[in-house]
Amino acid sequence: MDLNGSQMVIEALRRENVSVVFGYPGGAIMNVYDEVYKQNYFEHILTRHEQAAIHAADGYARASGDVGVAFVTSGPGFTNAVTGLANAYIDSIPMVVISGQVPISMIGTDAFQEIDAVGISRPCVKHNYLVKDAKDLPRILKEAFYIARSGRPGPVHVDIPKDVTAQVAKFSYPEKITMRTYKPTYKGNSRQIKKVVDAIANSNRPILYVGGGAVNSGASELVREFAKMTGIPAVETLMARGVLGDKNPLLMGMVGMHGCYSANMAMSEADLMIAFGPRFDDRVTGKLSEFAKHAKVIHVDIDPSSIGKIVDIDFPIVGDLKNVLIDMMPLAKDKIDSNKYQAWRDLLQRYDEIHPLEYSDDKGNIKPQWVIQRVGETLGEKAIISTDVGQHQMWTAQFYPFDRPRQFITSGGLGTMGFGFPAAIGVKKAKPEKISINITGDGSILMNIQELMTAYESKIPVINIILNNGYLGMVRQWQTFFYDKRYASTDLSNAQPDFVKLAESFGGLGFRVETKEEFDRALNEAVKSNVVCMIDVNVDRLEDVLPMVPAGGTLYNMILEYKG
Amino acid sequence: MMRANKQKTEIRRVLSVIVTNEDGVLSRISGLFAGRGYNIDSLTVAPVPETDFSRLTIVTCGNERVLEQIVKQLHKLIPTYKVIESGEFVEKEMALVKIPLNEDFNGLDAMLKAYNGTIANSGADFIVVMVADNAKRIDNFLQAIKKYNPTDMVRSGSVAMDV
Repeated sequence: MDLNGSQMVIEALRRENVSVVFGYPGGAIMNVYDEVYKQNYFEHILTRHEQAAIHAADGYARASGDVGVAFVTSGPGFTNAVTGLANAYIDSIPMVVISGQVPISMIGTDAFQEIDAVGISRPCVKHNYLVKDAKDLPRILKEAFYIARSGRPGPVHVDIPKDVTAQVAKFSYPEKITMRTYKPTYKGNSRQIKKVVDAIANSNRPILYVGGGAVNSGASELVREFAKMTGIPAVETLMARGVLGDKNPLLMGMVGMHGCYSANMAMSEADLMIAFGPRFDDRVTGKLSEFAKHAKVIHVDIDPSSIGKIVDIDFPIVGDLKNVLIDMMPLAKDKIDSNKYQAWRDLLQRYDEIHPLEYSDDKGNIKPQWVIQRVGETLGEKAIISTDVGQHQMWTAQFYPFDRPRQFITSGGLGTMGFGFPAAIGVKKAKPEKISINITGDGSILMNIQELMTAYESKIPVINIILNNGYLGMVRQWQTFFYDKRYASTDLSNAQPDFVKLAESFGGLGFRVETKEEFDRALNEAVKSNVVCMIDVNVDRLEDVLPMVPAGGTLYNMILEYKG
Repeated sequence: MMRANKQKTEIRRVLSVIVTNEDGVLSRISGLFAGRGYNIDSLTVAPVPETDFSRLTIVTCGNERVLEQIVKQLHKLIPTYKVIESGEFVEKEMALVKIPLNEDFNGLDAMLKAYNGTIANSGADFIVVMVADNAKRIDNFLQAIKKYNPTDMVRSGSVAMDV
C-alpha cells in the first residue's frame, strides 16, 4: 500500500487504537491536518495553546494508562510543547508527540518557523526522531509507540519535515517489533527475590515505600495484597497516591516534605525499606545522610538507572513490579509472619495519634483543606482529581480520600503550574463517566486559562475549583518561614480577574463562594451543569501547608506548627 | 564508612560504547554528559567495520556512584547496544608533535622507539613525529619531548579494545 507521510501518520494512529488526539495546527504540519480532516478514526481536540495540548494528552495517559497523542507545528508550536514533554518525561508518562518541521531542503537555513526541535527535546523525552524519508515513517511510528509504553514509560517525540508528510512511499506497518538496542527487563532475578523475602522475614521494622512505578506497572492490587498478607505498613509518594487506598489501615499516608508525621517517622525508624518503584526524589528523602539511616534498602524498579542513583541499595531488583510481586507472593506467604510486626505497627499508629494530619476548621473563613475534604465527601470515587502546583496540590494530596490509582493526576517531578486544567480536559476524554475536577490556585489557573475555550467548544465539562487566597501561596509560605515575611512578588490580591465573568465570557459557568453553604450549592450545580465551570472559593489567606520538612531537612524533624 | 568512600574517591575509567550508527547519536551522548554534569576526558568515535554500529571510546572520571550512573545512563539511551566498562582493555592513544628542524635531535630516535613512534612527516624547517601508547605514557612523552621545543602538539584521545 502506497501512502503519503501524512496518511501514514493517520494509519499508524488507527492501528495503535488512538481514539483522541490533542493539538494545534500550523504551517509545517498542515499536510497532516488535511488528513485529520478526512478521517474518522479518532477525534481531534483543538486546544488553545500547544502546551495545553501536551498536558491534555498527558492527563489522558495518566487517567487511562494508554499512550497520549498530540500534534503541534514547527518553531513556536514545538517550543510551546517543550514544558509538556519535560513534565511527562520526569513523571514517566507514555506519550507520542508529533511535530511538523520545515522541509528537509530548508533545515539549517533559519527558515520561517524553523527550530532544531530534536535538539531541544532530546533531554526532555525518552527518545526522539527526525524523519528524513517517508519510507522510514511506519517503522519509526511503531517504535515510537512501543518505546513510549514499554519499560519505564515516557514521551517520544517524532519531528516530521513538511516534504516528508507529502512524500509517497510504501506503507507496511510492523505487527511486532524487536529492537536490538532496547530490551527492557520485565522479570526480576529469582535468586535476588528469594534473598529479598529472607531479608523481609528477618526484619523487625519494615516499611513499604511505594512510588509511581506501582501505578505504571498496574501493580496496585498486588501491592495491597502484599501489604495485607505481610502486615507491613506502607507510605505512598505523591505519584503513588491511591495505590493502597485511603481506608487501608496499613497506609501511613504520604511521605516527604508535606507527608504525614507517621509516614516520615516510619521511614526514619524502619530497619528495612522496601521500595516499590519510587525514585528517591529530594522532596521525599530530605537530607540524604539522615535518610533511612537505620534501614537496609530493597529497591524494585524497571529502570536500572533509577537504582542506586540517590541512595545505596542493598537489594536491587530490576524488573516490572507486577511480575516481581507475582514471584514474591508465594515465597512471602511461607516465610513472612505478619504478627512479627505488631509492635512496629502499634508504634506507628501511636505516632499518627500524636500528630495526625489535621487542620483547625474555622466558622468564618473557609479553610482550603475543608474544601478538599468536602469534595472528597461529596464526590469520592466518582471524581478524578487533577491539580496544578502549589499549596492546593499538597492539600489535595493530603486530604482527598484517594481510593484507587490514576484517580489523582498531578505534576510531580517537574511541578508545572498550568498543568491541571488541560490535564483535566484529557482526563475527561479518557474517562467520560467520571467527574473531572481540577483543584487549582489563583496563581496556577491563569497559566492555561485559555483552555476555557477548548473545554467549551469541545463540550468537556471540567470543574475548576480555585482555592483563592490572593497569593502565590506556596512561595508565600516559604517567604513566611524562611525569608522573614518579605513577600516578594507573591501578593496577587490587588490584581485578579473576576473569575465568574471570565468563565461566563468563555461560555462556561462561574461561581463565587464565600461560605460553606455556597460551596455545597456551587459544587452541586457545577456537577449537574455539564459545562466547563469555575468555582472561585475565597479561602483563608494565610493557611500554611503543614507538616513540613524544610528543603534539605530531615524527615524526623518536621515543622508541625508554625509559630510566627 | 562505605558510603563516604563511594562518594569521594575519583577514579579514571575507559568506556567502550557500541551504538547504532545513526543521526544525532553523538549529540545524545555528549548531551547526556553535559546535562548531568559528567566529565569527558577524551572521546573518539568511528564506525565498527562491517556493521551498522559505531564505537565510542570515552575516558571519564568520577566517584564510584557517578561512574555507575554514567554506565546506566548510557545503557538507557535507546541507540546504545553495549557498554563495555570492565575487563581488560588494550588502550592506545596517538599524539602528533611538530618540532623545528633547527633543534638538536640527539636522543630523539631512542625516545620515539620507546613510545612506538616514528617520523610521520617533514617539511623544509620541521618534522612531525607520531607516537602511539596508553594515555599515561603519552602524558610522559609529551613532557619529555618538550626539550626539543615543539611548536605544536595534538593528541587523539584513547581508543580501546577489550581483550
